[in-house]
Formats: sequence, C-alpha cells, structure tokens
Amino acid sequence: MALTELTRAEMMDLAARYPQPRSALLPMLHLAQSVEGYVTGDAIVMCAEVLGLTTAEVKGVASFYTMFKDEPVGEYHIGVCINPGCGILGGDTIWETLSADLGVGHDEVTEDGKISLERIECQAACTHAPVMTANWEFMDNMTPEKARQLVEDLRAGREVKSTRGPVIRDFKACERTLAGIDDDGFGDVPATDDLMLAGLRYAQEHDMQAPEAEVI
Amino acid sequence: MPLTPVITAHWDDPDSFTLDGYRRHGGYSALPKALGMDPDAVIGTVKDSGLRGRGGAGFPTGLKWSFVPQNDGKPHYLVVNADESEPGACKDIPIMLANPHALIEGIIIASYAIRADHAFVYIRGEVPQVIRRVHAAVREATAAGYVGNDILGSGFSLNIVVHSGAGAYICGEETALLDSLEGKRGQPRLKPPFPAVAGLYACPTVVNNVETIANVPYIVNNGVDWFRSFGTDKSPGFKVFAVSGHVQRPGVYEAPLGIPMAELLEYAGGIREGHDVKFWLPGGSSVPMLTKDHLDLPLTYEAMVEAGSMLGTGTPMVYDDTTSVVRAVTGWLDFYKHESCGKCTPCREGNWFIHDILHRFDQGHGRGEQLQVLDNVCGQILGRSFCALGDAAATPFPAAMKYFADEFETGTSTPSSAVFDPAASTVFSEVTA
Repeated sequence: MALTELTRAEMMDLAARYPQPRSALLPMLHLAQSVEGYVTGDAIVMCAEVLGLTTAEVKGVASFYTMFKDEPVGEYHIGVCINPGCGILGGDTIWETLSADLGVGHDEVTEDGKISLERIECQAACTHAPVMTANWEFMDNMTPEKARQLVEDLRAGREVKSTRGPVIRDFKACERTLAGIDDDGFGDVPATDDLMLAGLRYAQEHDMQAPEAEVI
Repeated sequence: MPLTPVITAHWDDPDSFTLDGYRRHGGYSALPKALGMDPDAVIGTVKDSGLRGRGGAGFPTGLKWSFVPQNDGKPHYLVVNADESEPGACKDIPIMLANPHALIEGIIIASYAIRADHAFVYIRGEVPQVIRRVHAAVREATAAGYVGNDILGSGFSLNIVVHSGAGAYICGEETALLDSLEGKRGQPRLKPPFPAVAGLYACPTVVNNVETIANVPYIVNNGVDWFRSFGTDKSPGFKVFAVSGHVQRPGVYEAPLGIPMAELLEYAGGIREGHDVKFWLPGGSSVPMLTKDHLDLPLTYEAMVEAGSMLGTGTPMVYDDTTSVVRAVTGWLDFYKHESCGKCTPCREGNWFIHDILHRFDQGHGRGEQLQVLDNVCGQILGRSFCALGDAAATPFPAAMKYFADEFETGTSTPSSAVFDPAASTVFSEVTA
C-alpha cells in the first residue's frame, strides 16, 4: 500500500503533539512503516515535507536506527536475542536452529515473504531468557522446539499469542502501535506473569512486607 | 533481610495496571499532597529522602531537580528515560507493564516540582506492549483530571507525551536521548552544559529513569523517615531488583538497598542444581563482573564501588561454572561494537579492535601478546570517549582478566566451546542432553 493523504494528515497530527514538530520524526517513520512495511523513498520525502527538512536529514535519521528498515521485512519479523544474557542461556542455539531451518540469515527474508530474522540485542527481559520477539511482541523462555513451532504456526496463518498476552499481528499493524496514533485495542492483557511476581509471592508466602508508614 | 514489596506490592491484582487498580491501594493520593506544597518543598522532600537515580549512575535525584534554574522565563521539561536496553537490565519494563500509574503520578509530581508543563516518556521502540500500556495509562489519568489543564484545581497544567524510540542502545545515554527526542540521530552531546541547564530544545530539562520517578509518589505519601528506614545512609530506599541467569527462580524481587547478594540469590532459588556461581554482574554488562567471593557484599551504590564494580541498574546477572568468561565478554563486545554511535573515534574504532581480537581468543586463535594490546586499547577508550558507552565497552575485558586470566590464556590454543560446552550453559540443557 502506498502512502496517502491520510498518512500525511496523521503525520501532521503526530507533529502537533510536540513543542517542536521535528520531535515527531521517529513516530512518523514508524507510521510510514505501518503503511508500506519499510521506509521507502516516498516516506522520506513525505516526512521531509511535513517537517520542512531536507530528504538527506530524514534519511540520516532513518538510517541511524535499527528498527527502520530500508527494504521489506517478512510479514512476521522474528527477533532472537543473542546478547550473552540470552545467548548463553540458549539464544545462540535457537538462532542457529531457526537460521538453518529457514535458510535465511540476519536481516534476511524467506522466499515466501512470510518470515524475516534478526539477531537482536537485549530486550530488557533477561529474567525470561532465552527471549525472542515476533513483530516485537515478547516470546519468553524459548527453546529451539518452541521457536520452530512459533515460525511454523505464523507461516501457516494460525493465531499465535505472545507469552505476555497480545495476539501477534503482522509487522505493519505493530508499527502502527509504535507510532502511537490510536489505541490498538490490545492493551487488555495480563499485567504480570510468574517471573514478575516471583518476589511478591515469596514475600507473601513468608509473611514479609515493607514497613507500614506512619499516618501522615 | 526480608523482601519489601512497595512498587511491586499489588502486582498480583489482575488490574494492577489500571487507574482503578492503582487507586484501590492509595494511588494518586500523593498528588494532591504535592500540589498543596510549594514546588521547592517537593524538591526538598526528594532531596532529604536521599533517593538516587535507579538508571545506573546513582546521582541524587533531588539534587538533579534543584539544578533547574527557576524564573528563567524558559519552558522546563521532564523526560523519563524508559529506554531500558542495558544487557541484564529488566526492571523498568515490568514496572511500566504492571504499575504504570506509579510512573504517571511520579511524572506529575516531578513536573510540578521543577515547573515543567511538558513531560515525555521515551520508551524504547521494541516493546509495543509497554508502549500501548503507558499510552493507556496516560489516557486514563487525563480522563480522571490528573493530567491536563488546571490539575485538581491547582492551577498547574501538564501535558504528557509517550514517545517511541526505534532501536538504539545509545539513546539510554541522556543527551543522546534528548537528540533522539528532537528527531535527530541519537548521538551524545558534550557536557557541560548539562541537561538541567540546556536540555531538550536547549531548555532546562530533567532526565530521570522510570524506577526513580516511580519512587516519588511513595516518598511524598509516606515521608522521608519512612523511605530512609530502608537501605543505608548513602543508599536509602528500596530497589526493584531483577535477577537473571543461571538461577533457579529468575524474576523480580523488591528489597531494601543493602541486601547482601547472597540473600537475594537465595530468594531467587540459588544457582542451578549441581553448579556453583562463577561470576555475576550487579547491574548490567557495563559494570565490572564480580565472583562468588563477593556474594556476601551488600547491594548498595557504595559497597559495589568499593568492591571494584558498580550497582548499575541493580539487576544482577548470575552465571554458573558451565559458562565461558571469554565467550560472555566476546558477546558483550559484539553488543558494544554494534551499538557504538560512531561519533567519537576511541569508541567507534576501539570497539572494532577489541571485538576482532576477542573473537580470536574465543575461537582459540589468540596470541599471548594480544592480551596486552586488548588492555592498551581498553585503556585508550576508557575516559577518552565522548560518553559512557565507551567506558562501558572498555569494562568487561579488564574485569574478566582480573579473575579469569587463565581462560584468556587458554584462548591462545583452544576455542572456548571446547573447554565449556555451550550446550551445558543453556536452560534447556536437560532437555537436549
């Protein structure tokens, strides 16, 4: 799908949220990716027009950030954390398994356009290692077997849920969430899981609590 | 030392992340108190509490707020650093998922204190679930009249913008974050001037970590004495610790600062069955590693520095005796090389050197004299880089050499994988064995 006047209007909405419009450039690029799947030449031009920047300035920004893609990714963009926190605990094995299975390497897409792989850095979920992402939704405590299943299910068009709750949507839908344009309706999922509650549960089971404050 | 859930106390409520869930346990009751105080008195309270930044550097929060010049005729800004990307750090993301309103209430109070009418939450881009949740929390708080014009009839107005990053670890560095938030490449700025004087749009700006700000409502509500009843004189308060690695029960554990690492490890179920602690990092890959000889140390800013490390983000990563130090350090340098922004030469070029040489040791092709080269290059990066990313990159190797020099010697003839079977380090080693 190509960028439209609606995209331009939404970009202008984003720009209006900030004291200085240029601050909206990252969300605007996410928005462009939500329409076209990657940052196209047209997207660079539209961002530049909306913000009164040169295309070189916009391109310079887009090329700095790893989430902005200069060619199409898969419908499902799969990240495998290979930072030692995850890599040593199994992420490296998962990467080798998936990459060999799919016959694609870092930042490459399968021939059917369904799956792309990325070696990702720390996802701030080390307690849940080894961690993967599917269109940036968390997939926690993975194994090579679970990783294979995930990819197989996504390729077959079966509904897959993040281990934290939300349904995994396609790459463009996720990018719209990141642009922050509107409520995507996927917020009503559990807040926590066993690992986030590990300390609280231990405290409850052993009658530990923070000292009560004096009434002020 | 017992666990003391405060920020995490109600995370088992299914609606802990909603306005109702937060208010049920006293949420948003600190706000009218703060709005009834003089802004300087709010700064004074936070200063007296001794709260120190939870993002890694541990700078006193109230002091940072007090650096913002007042009556200068310029807009002031609060920017929340929610770019949690430090390898090993995984405590801000859970806070935003389970208790985003503590962050929002803290933002309103902090903005009032520093006289900011715009606040920004800069969240790393790779976490849509967090981004949608913080957006939802801001919408709820706005609808309830806690955010917007004339908050609770106080005359104070605030607009909060939730902002997505796009994948760049360097944007956790506060001045790089500000450039990124201005719609530029996220590269650090020369300091001084510090953000408190010339930050976002060259206006006075406070940049605080998520957990730091989430502490504020509890301090305002319960008072300085209560807050100081946790922790030590130099490290007061409680901490959302997140323990990861080869432990039996990885997860989030909230305890007073000063809890010995051994006790925290015990809460996390101890190291994997049949194994010993080999090395651990108190808070992220950017702080020097310690060994099992350091487990009895209290987790405070001061004790960690004394032991030659840092508390950092307070998210200990623990590795057992199946782990190759050479492999871990090489992996971290892959990361720093990838994330170096390229602005300054020592970090941009130095990381390529360290990275390339370390890979030779990891593959068993190192040469003895290259250990000296590594040491020299780290020395050329440390303190000579534009920002702390360079310093961080120069940290893992010297720290590892201090305790495990023999493993690097082995790397002159033997690949790390031949000495430490990578399969044995995985969490699914039992499954695949």
